[in-house]
Amino acid sequence: MFFYVLRRLLYAIPIALGVTLISFLLVYLAPGDPLNAIAPSDAPAETIAALKVAYGLDKPLPMQYGLWLLRAVQGDLGVSIASGRPVAAEVLTAVRNTLVLAGIAGAIGIFFGCLLGALAGYWHGSWIDRIATFLSVIGVSVPHYWLGMVLTIIFSTWLAWFPAMGAGPGGSAEWLWDYAHMRHLVLPAITLCVIPLGIITRTVRALVADMLDQEFVIALRARGLSNATIFKHVAKNTAPTVLAVSGLQLGYLMGGSILVETVFAWPGTGFLLNTAIFQRDIPVLQGTILILCMFFVALNLIVDIIQPLIDPRMARA
Amino acid sequence: MSAIKPLVSVEHLSLAFTGNRKAQALTDVSFHLHAGEVLGLLGESGSGKSVTLRTLLRLHSERTTQISGLITVDGLDVLALNSRALQAYRGATTSMIFQEPGLAFDPVYTIGQQIVEVILAHEAVNHSVARHRALEMLDRVQIPQARRRFDAYPHELSGGMRQRAMIALALACKPKLLLADEPTTALDATVQIQILLLLRELQKETGMAVIFVTHDIGAAVEIADRIAVMYGGRIAEENAVAGIVQHPSHPYTAGLLGATVDSSHRGKPLISIPGSPPNLANLPPGCPFAPRCTSASDQCRTECPSVVESPAHADLASPPRLACWHPIR
Repeated sequence: MFFYVLRRLLYAIPIALGVTLISFLLVYLAPGDPLNAIAPSDAPAETIAALKVAYGLDKPLPMQYGLWLLRAVQGDLGVSIASGRPVAAEVLTAVRNTLVLAGIAGAIGIFFGCLLGALAGYWHGSWIDRIATFLSVIGVSVPHYWLGMVLTIIFSTWLAWFPAMGAGPGGSAEWLWDYAHMRHLVLPAITLCVIPLGIITRTVRALVADMLDQEFVIALRARGLSNATIFKHVAKNTAPTVLAVSGLQLGYLMGGSILVETVFAWPGTGFLLNTAIFQRDIPVLQGTILILCMFFVALNLIVDIIQPLIDPRMARA
Repeated sequence: MSAIKPLVSVEHLSLAFTGNRKAQALTDVSFHLHAGEVLGLLGESGSGKSVTLRTLLRLHSERTTQISGLITVDGLDVLALNSRALQAYRGATTSMIFQEPGLAFDPVYTIGQQIVEVILAHEAVNHSVARHRALEMLDRVQIPQARRRFDAYPHELSGGMRQRAMIALALACKPKLLLADEPTTALDATVQIQILLLLRELQKETGMAVIFVTHDIGAAVEIADRIAVMYGGRIAEENAVAGIVQHPSHPYTAGLLGATVDSSHRGKPLISIPGSPPNLANLPPGCPFAPRCTSASDQCRTECPSVVESPAHADLASPPRLACWHPIR
């Protein structure tokens, strides 16, 4: 087990490095010149050249990458072109807000996904299975920005139950665990939980239905164990897969909520990315993508380490 | 029937699968078994032998099976048990060992945890007593270094060790009836013999009754007192081992015996029964074996023979029984 964890950690290093390279290069692969955003298009050539030197854009690409990486590991992600504030601070605030939203939405989605999926799998072919399948298809296929808008129209505009925008009263960007802030969380969390809910329901349903036909479950029945005990066995056997899917879903929620965060003006990473794209704010873009990718790598690492604790066969893979 | 009540009696058991794949798996199966007896259920795949075993524990999905008949084990009307009584019956009165021990253990719990769990489910003992008993059972099935194997996961043991552990688990609650579903089929030949010897030894020691399902006539002869040959979901012939081997009366039994491999046949092609087993979704109206039988008559093709006890041996506790219009004399 110790060597397994060590090996996983070592594997994560080249992945993380690859991620930094790609997030660095992505911005250069995108069309357009980053300087267009700062300098007016009719700016004199000397000004452009001076700006290039100031932002380090005159150096060869590998060197730019090296310098960027060196600063990044020290926590310096540069300065936002649009706001002039340090990127690291902006990203950190956004990550905190997104963690709150993604955490709550993910928890709701995973919990109810497991519940619905287990019920549907246990009674597969029954009416509860059909309802769960219907819900999961809807969850996966409804465009969530559209769902967000519909919820806003119904619950904010018509009923005025929940606020439509922001993470707190008065457009505050600092998250607090109080009633006023929680009210802001309701609609975006519901909107966002629908995707993991659908996917996890489907996964758990298939796993449980398949598991119940397996010889070992029949053997557990033959031993005279109670349904509750058999459920415990089935749950432990499905846990590694559910964990892997949940980890991926949480990763997607961290960055994949661009549209939902924009609809609700939630000051998280998605919102930040969206703003940075329109402002061509390359340091912010790079920094945000980098941090999100690191989250993904870390989540996968955590899943990889937990899985063999549940199913020891996986430590040999 | 003898004066002593048999431990197991199965009467006119019929079973049909009504789900996606419809099949008449069992038709009018009757047999009985006394305490301490070993019955071999012999037949090829699809003959109904495994279905019979699983029905004895009611393991088939109730939504997709239709069962009629009567099963009594140790005075319990098995088909009428409520779910609580069924749980108490499974694993304690009657327990089962499976063909593939690798598939019949939960892969994410250790061998020891699973044995302890069964003991705790059936007996009012504390964890340390159960653990002690589990270790004792592992010793008893001759697993070397039982203490280490106790904490091993199923995938960490060899096939033979896994089957031994499965036997330990099945016997942990001292069942009166052990159902063995081809327990040696998935094992190497040398390990097969060890497991058979172990089973026979444990059976003698505990005095439990065993129903041993196999398609391997050699294994059946090795372990059973009596053999019931099944074909097409029916019992074709039942007799003491010696009777079956020396004087098979049913043409199918004779065919099975003829198809065994032994050294005197060296160099000659293997003898087999022509044709293939009947389709259980569409059984012929007469004797299920008639299409493959060399001595089949028109009567065989239209009328199914019922199982009849041999009048010559009516004084025995379990007289030979046969379902054939034209038995071999």
